Amino acid sequence: MSGVETGVELVYLVAAGCFVLGLHLMNSPATARRGNQLSAVGMIAAIVATLVLIIDAGTVKPVGWVVLIVGAAIGAVAGLVGARRVAMTAIPQMVSLFNAVGGGAAAIVAIFDFVTLASADGTGLAGERFLIATVLDVIIGAVTFAGSLIASGKLQGKISSSPIVFAGVRILNVLLTIVMLGGGLWLIVAPPSASGAAIGLLCAVLVASLAFGITMVLPIGGADMPVVISLLNAFTGTAVAMAGFVVDNSVLIIAGALVGASGGILTKLMADAMNRSIPAIIVGGFGTGDSGGDTGGPTGGSIREVKADDAAIQLAYASKVIIVPGYGLAAAQAQHEVRELADLLEGRGVDVSYAIHPVAGRMPGHMNVLLAEANVPYALLREMEEINPDFARTDVALVIGANDVINPAARRSGNPVSGMPILDVDHAKSVIVIKRSMGHGYAGIDNELYSDPKTGMYFADAKKGLAELTAAVKTLVG
Amino acid sequence: MTLLAALSIFVLSLLVGFEVISKVPATLHTPLMSAANSIHGVVLVGAMLIAVSADNAIGYILGFIAAAFAGMNVVGGYVVTDRMLGMFRKRPTAPPAVESAPVDASSVTADTRDASGVAR
Repeated sequence: MSGVETGVELVYLVAAGCFVLGLHLMNSPATARRGNQLSAVGMIAAIVATLVLIIDAGTVKPVGWVVLIVGAAIGAVAGLVGARRVAMTAIPQMVSLFNAVGGGAAAIVAIFDFVTLASADGTGLAGERFLIATVLDVIIGAVTFAGSLIASGKLQGKISSSPIVFAGVRILNVLLTIVMLGGGLWLIVAPPSASGAAIGLLCAVLVASLAFGITMVLPIGGADMPVVISLLNAFTGTAVAMAGFVVDNSVLIIAGALVGASGGILTKLMADAMNRSIPAIIVGGFGTGDSGGDTGGPTGGSIREVKADDAAIQLAYASKVIIVPGYGLAAAQAQHEVRELADLLEGRGVDVSYAIHPVAGRMPGHMNVLLAEANVPYALLREMEEINPDFARTDVALVIGANDVINPAARRSGNPVSGMPILDVDHAKSVIVIKRSMGHGYAGIDNELYSDPKTGMYFADAKKGLAELTAAVKTLVG
Repeated sequence: MTLLAALSIFVLSLLVGFEVISKVPATLHTPLMSAANSIHGVVLVGAMLIAVSADNAIGYILGFIAAAFAGMNVVGGYVVTDRMLGMFRKRPTAPPAVESAPVDASSVTADTRDASGVAR
């Protein structure tokens, strides 16, 4: 190992340390930003070290430089513009898109390595020490590339967010799995010696993996998409680690494995908070997410409907109000409207706080980001365990587009939401629910809170409803 | 690297990942996912290594796409994570604004904060 190579390896070690410490600093909101910046410093160090390495090797052709620099520059500008312009409500699909291209890049690294070895004279594929890593990289990278693009499209509304199921999808999935895994195994155990046959087989595996990524995500409902994105994020990490084996690079292995593990944990946490199991989501949920609000009708018990004026009086003359923002608020992008109403109430001396369920919004923590964007002071956002005892002392709980996370049925056993931690909204003296219709949440069950005599239902889109409420309060108090 | 050395690094990094992540509060899960997403942008290093060892048309095309994809992942990932985390840090600017504008504090504060939000 030359001096330069040793130096580069040391820089890689420092970069890996930055990634670990950076993730560790994400433990608390106070240090999270510094953590991300530290991780970015590690990234720059790793990239500069790699540049030094390839300049020192001196084998790069001019065309290679042009390809590398132009390609990376185009990608960097696209990423920068996308990241700067994206609305905070659209963060999940943006992350999914970045995840897709990361997985795609990892797959291409392996494809390049495979094609180069297969077409080379002499040892051919036998020359690759980690052929299993190459094949796994292609499979995982391709699945995550196609799957993340579909997930992103679903969240963006370009593809229907309701589960898309077509006849024979299970048979198709089985066939794709056979081609993907069987072909992969063939390549690993007995790679064809003819380069054409080997590359052809790899192409079949690649196409099957891409198709599998699509058919895996298409049947999953919009509400489960965050869990899927998190899972695909973990997949990409694993693919990148495999790419590290392929190009014999330690920093890729370390960073990829870190992300693979973190994504795995995060996926489990999200699924637990939604009371869903990861296999159940992947096999095809009962969820419809976005469209859930439009179906169904009132069932059991009588519903008390309130108008904006009545709700405004209740709110304006309350002494303590807790706002419970949910999926509907995120979907309607009503975070600015809710802040406006809260400011107005606070101006009248009403004690306003926000109860944030761990999975409120489109993914865990997403509601915090949305409300922070609307300049809601961080101190007003209260976590579930912290605020639950407060509901008993609350005059009005204003529920905006939340459903399953406030369903008292979760305290009993024997229904789809059993055991899910919920906000104790039913303990409040009165409840106002802003909701488009009597539709179900993705758990698909009735919410008995809605037929509770102290609950008033205000049927409206979150954004429009909040604007009307604010206007009504303004008129009321002049 | 020997297979065993590479495998050791892989397994130990997995364990570090499990340990580091399991302590993060739910509030930060979305930024965390985005942060993890930017870290796997390190695949740019892999894209660089293949782009410079290419010597035919197919190699150049693959290298180009890999470099563009990885560049987008790494730059976009860090910028979007930083933007998200920046949202959490507005509180320090709020109290002075409230003090300097006691009349109709709520709407004035809101405007000031909006301006700072756009500037960011």
